[in-house]
Amino acid sequence: MSFYDTLARLTQLPFDGLLKQYTSADVRRAVQAEQLDEEALLALLSPAAEPYLEEMAQKAQRLTRSHFGHVMQLFTPMYLADFCVNHCTYCSFSSIYDFPRKKLTIEEVRKEAEIIAATGLRHLLILTGESRKESPAAYVKECAEVLREYFASVSIEVNPLSTAEYKELVQAGVDGLTLYQEVYHQDTYSKLHVKGPKRVYRNRLDAPERGCQAGFRSVNIGALLGMYDWRQEAFMTAVHARYLQDKYPDCEIGLSIPRFRPYLGQFNPESDVTDRALVQIILAYRLFLPRAGISLSTREAPALRDQLVHLGITKMSAGVSTEVGGHTMEGGTPQFEISDNRSVQEITDMLYQKGLQPVFKDWDILV
Amino acid sequence: MQDPLIIGGVTLSSRLFIGTGKYSRNTLIPEVIARSGSQVITVALRRVDPQSNDNIISHIPEHMTLLPNTSGARTAEEAVRIARLARAAGLGNWVKIEVINDQKYLLPDNMETIRATEILAAEGFVVLPYMSPDLSAALRLKAAGAAAVMPLGAPIGSNRGLKTRELVRILIAEVDLPVIVDAGIGRPSEAAEAMEMGAAAVLLNTAIATARDPLGMAEAFREAVSAGRRAYLAGLGPVEEGASASSPLTGFLG
Repeated sequence: MSFYDTLARLTQLPFDGLLKQYTSADVRRAVQAEQLDEEALLALLSPAAEPYLEEMAQKAQRLTRSHFGHVMQLFTPMYLADFCVNHCTYCSFSSIYDFPRKKLTIEEVRKEAEIIAATGLRHLLILTGESRKESPAAYVKECAEVLREYFASVSIEVNPLSTAEYKELVQAGVDGLTLYQEVYHQDTYSKLHVKGPKRVYRNRLDAPERGCQAGFRSVNIGALLGMYDWRQEAFMTAVHARYLQDKYPDCEIGLSIPRFRPYLGQFNPESDVTDRALVQIILAYRLFLPRAGISLSTREAPALRDQLVHLGITKMSAGVSTEVGGHTMEGGTPQFEISDNRSVQEITDMLYQKGLQPVFKDWDILV
Repeated sequence: MQDPLIIGGVTLSSRLFIGTGKYSRNTLIPEVIARSGSQVITVALRRVDPQSNDNIISHIPEHMTLLPNTSGARTAEEAVRIARLARAAGLGNWVKIEVINDQKYLLPDNMETIRATEILAAEGFVVLPYMSPDLSAALRLKAAGAAAVMPLGAPIGSNRGLKTRELVRILIAEVDLPVIVDAGIGRPSEAAEAMEMGAAAVLLNTAIATARDPLGMAEAFREAVSAGRRAYLAGLGPVEEGASASSPLTGFLG
């Protein structure tokens, strides 16, 4: 039994009809409920909930402040390598694009680490393109061991690995796993992932669960919003998160809300996720999963990020580059364009101005 | 009124313990300490960063007794490791054991907490375990060497009050250790009620940190805890179910 079985049940739901049939009364009931079930979640994601965003926001803010306080955890990504064997139609690292690929040496990793650590950030997310040859688990592990000298917490966002590989990384001091399903809708997933091992839908879907079994302290999931109908995708993501939370109560399950961003190619997303839609998703996530961390990346513009900090977000990236070695070298190819180029100091100032305390360190690797 | 609370050889005149976790800026902490009159403050080691310019410890006045907590620990081993790190970092030998492996409600794991308490008490720590209010667990914590027990009033951060009232009452009656109500207290009246029941102290964070005016709320809690304690010491009058009849039914017996 894995989430795949739950997903198989959920995909039988007549979403189009269901989403249209919810009424204001259903939404109000869902907003007021203490424990929300799948039905309530769907009501909050439905068109009927659109006039109730303010009520949802009030409750989301209360829940967030009560559980997390007036604080915002900060982190930043570090790109280790951009070699990739997949052809995904929405990503600059896709194997079809011809640009000089790069992989950091251990010395280069150290230099990047020094620059990032000097900004005060103590939580790091390391990323690679998907290539078992160029950036295998052993390479990630080697980098993580160096990075532990500079950071209190090191998480990974790499291709799906086996439970044994995840365990090895946990033992090396990696404490968090981020892995986006990209698209939960299986036919769309097949269309968008043209070539490479990433085509194996289930290997990716089950990877967060393997991470929980391997003992990561936190596991973060998400759908790349815009690839398919956002209401359904957000619904699947939240139910996936609750599945993991129920089955692995000792693991902190978090959610990310990445929206599609421009990249090297010309792909246009199928579903336009407006700012209002993004807000509706965040609020539905918070009400459905009151204690889950919700991360906000620099894919979003500064003006929007500044508003979203009050609506349920608990983690933000800052001082970001999406290029390999982007903190110390020039000329890399970004995985996608970011929208918020502000420095760590600027994000810190903004948070204080908004009445929030930036938290640079919220855990210590105990291995 | 001389009514000290003595824990681990430290004499305290304030029975309000506070936290550091949810403030909008660390610079509020000294003001909250001053207004609350608190002498014990808990701090999550996970948030302590000696390399930071804004290290949380630097905002805590010297006279406070630091109560580092093991927030984030999922097992006894992790809690023990965090406690040792805290002591090695110069944060003293008091420790609040928090072992939580339920990320949905953040309820403590009493069995792991007992194991961690045994190990740390044997190493000379003054151990204050955060626990679900359960009599057998509390007695085992005492046997393991705990300096106090800290049952929850309601889940952390919920501000729901003293939902575990009856169980806490039993701990106060049966466990020969200070009982400090920790977590869940949302209103000064609830803190006063815990104190009236005979709790030795209360520990809270969210209620002050998320109030519109944290400093005003800190002061309100100071007064409530003090009032509740005085009421307990003064001995509450008996509660009558109905009015006393002026013509008693058994009056003819003379």
